[in-house]
Amino acid sequence: MKDPWLPQPAVVIDKVMETADVATLALKLVDPVAHARFHFECGQFNMLYLYGLGEVPISIMDMQQGLVLHTIRAVGRISRKLVALEPGASLGLRGPFGNSWPIEQARGRDLVFITAGLGCAPVIAAIRRAIATRPAYRRLVIMQGVKHRDDLLWQEQYERWREVPDCQVLLSASEEKQAHFAWSLGMVTGLIEKAEFDVNNCTVMMCGPEPMIRASMRGLAEAGVGLENCYVSLERNMQCAIGLCGHCQMGTPFICREGPVFRVPDIQQWFLLEGY
Amino acid sequence: MQQSAFLPREALSQLFQALQGDGYRVVGPTAEQGAIVYRELGSVAELPAGLVDHQAPGRYRLEQQAHGRYFDWVGTAQGLKPWLFTPEQPLMVAREVEGGLRFESVRETVPPTAVIGLRNCDLAALALQDRHFLQGEYPDPHYAARREQLLLIAVNCHRSAATCFCVSTGDGPEVTAGADLVLDELGAGFWVWASSPRGRALLARLPTRPLAGAHKRRSKALRKRARLQQRALPSTDLREPLYKARDNEQLWQSVADRCLTCGNCAAVCPTCFCSRVDEESPLDASQSTQIRRWDTCFNDEHSYLVGHVVRESAVHKYRQWLTHKLAMWHDQYDRSGCTGCGRCITWCPVGIDIVEEVDRLCTEVKAGAPRE
Ligand SMILES: Cc1cc2nc3c(=O)[nH]c(=O)nc-3n(C[C@H](O)[C@H](O)[C@H](O)COP(=O)(O)OP(=O)(O)OC[C@H]3O[C@@H](n4cnc5c(N)ncnc54)[C@H](O)[C@@H]3O)c2cc1C
Ligand code: SF4
Ligand code: SF4
Ligand code: FES
Repeated sequence: MKDPWLPQPAVVIDKVMETADVATLALKLVDPVAHARFHFECGQFNMLYLYGLGEVPISIMDMQQGLVLHTIRAVGRISRKLVALEPGASLGLRGPFGNSWPIEQARGRDLVFITAGLGCAPVIAAIRRAIATRPAYRRLVIMQGVKHRDDLLWQEQYERWREVPDCQVLLSASEEKQAHFAWSLGMVTGLIEKAEFDVNNCTVMMCGPEPMIRASMRGLAEAGVGLENCYVSLERNMQCAIGLCGHCQMGTPFICREGPVFRVPDIQQWFLLEGY
Repeated sequence: MQQSAFLPREALSQLFQALQGDGYRVVGPTAEQGAIVYRELGSVAELPAGLVDHQAPGRYRLEQQAHGRYFDWVGTAQGLKPWLFTPEQPLMVAREVEGGLRFESVRETVPPTAVIGLRNCDLAALALQDRHFLQGEYPDPHYAARREQLLLIAVNCHRSAATCFCVSTGDGPEVTAGADLVLDELGAGFWVWASSPRGRALLARLPTRPLAGAHKRRSKALRKRARLQQRALPSTDLREPLYKARDNEQLWQSVADRCLTCGNCAAVCPTCFCSRVDEESPLDASQSTQIRRWDTCFNDEHSYLVGHVVRESAVHKYRQWLTHKLAMWHDQYDRSGCTGCGRCITWCPVGIDIVEEVDRLCTEVKAGAPRE
């Protein structure tokens, strides 16, 4: 029986500090055969292990030049140490786990991305995939909300996305007072009315703090978007990622197994309630 | 094919010897610190002869009776859970070596284990834990290693505790499936059924006698008596009323006011499967071990996400426990997560009674209790 608890040795090849407390790590599995075989669908995550500390779930942002990219924010015990790793450092990796965004099913449609705060890594994976296969989709709308303009990860990336044909980039900052030409003030949900997309032929992908997702669901419904075309990536405490520890249950689904990506109508009876 | 025969009381020790001779460790009930628990047993002498348990909400008491029957108690403090899904399970060992980290699986060698004394609610719970730990995409190798070594000898209940409600969940009191041997204890001996090839081979080696008509009549009467229970769940599928109750937090306040959120109910529940993973290194830091430990949805850490706890209040915690067990389980494992063993009622320090709470919730939902 294969041991699903056993991590694979991995090593940090490259590191980019995105902001003061966010780093993107480029990882390689030490075993060349395992590394060559590693494949992910965007939306999936890995469990990253640090010696003596333990494991946390982290989305796979992309693979580039054969390296697995993870963008991590230092928020607690393990993530802080992950962000502090330098090239050459060793860690463990189990994965990939979970399901993926409906990128294939969405061909021929408008793609709408809504992200806020820190929780944008899973959506960034989908945006990058959509742009890489650009002609397969119609319009792209990328909406991102942050508290302060300086919080925006990948400034340059957003600027480059503005150059992509038929791609609308809308940014908002909720705690800025001063207007700025490229930014709106207020919550990301305020951007929905500025977005130009076909409400009858679109797929929406969302990720971020739960109150923002709830507000976006309302905004989208008001704009006439069918929630069956809306998807969300969710987080719960995860101890195992293999459907055994019970921590990631949100009502009936186990987020590590049936998620982290859910079609809104499939999860909203739990998601709209506090305490599940 | 089933086979059955009569095993005289004195010959029970030969069953022990046959098992031990075949290399099994024998695990069975014994009295310890005022409760019946499963332990590895050396001989029949350690069985709780004549001990009868009295259970009530928040209460468990043993009484010595003169009859000397080995299995006249009803419930052990824990079921089979700790023998398969162990309270502490090392998962893997990490070492820092030249050029990186090395990870090693933990592989246990588990001796063949014969468990004697199990009740049907325990077997039903075992089937549910099998479903969780073995039949998903990632079977748990540690549970599997222990499960593969089991031989199961079950016992038909001849009475029910005041806390039992397995009749209403469809999980007892009579043994239906999953055991290798089934015992029905009658004064002078046992009516023994063999219901697996291993069970039949074992039975063939025991000094049995043909069964008398009187044995059958006596056994039937006793099994019927065990069906008389004081508690019953209103239905085996409570999704509809509980999902209505779920949406109204007010309905959970009265139980939350009493609940200590200690998690005892989940710890004794034979179907609860939650665990957390800890990391432990010795002081010299030569290696680091991941250890799985039992956890329950009553802990803040269970639902902790950076900066906040999803289920912080007793309302949210108790509601998770009850709705998961009796409602969400149907969607996850095609049946309720409760086998009616009554342990959560007995071992709750403040005597919260799951059946009473369900009755109340169903009544209040039906009456259309006001929404907050
Ligand atoms: C599917 C998924 C994908 C994620 N992707 C990313 C990502 O790409 N980048 C990123 O920076 N963060 C991501 N997170 C969040 C990340 O897992 C947490 O920030 C991290 O677990 C915090 O651990 P800590 O030890 O640093 O924090 P502490 O506050 O010390 O947390 C203690 C423990 O609680 C658990 N925990 C706490 N917060 C979370 C959480 N949000 N999700 C799951 N478990 C938690 C972990 O077991 C953690 O070790 C993701 C979470 C999930 C569930
Ligand atoms: S919920 Fe209570 S009665 Fe039901 S199986 Fe668990 S401990 Fe036994
Ligand atoms: S009731 Fe709670 S502790 Fe038991 S399995 Fe469900 S979530 Fe885990
Ligand atoms: S993370 Fe353990 S069950 Fe999903």
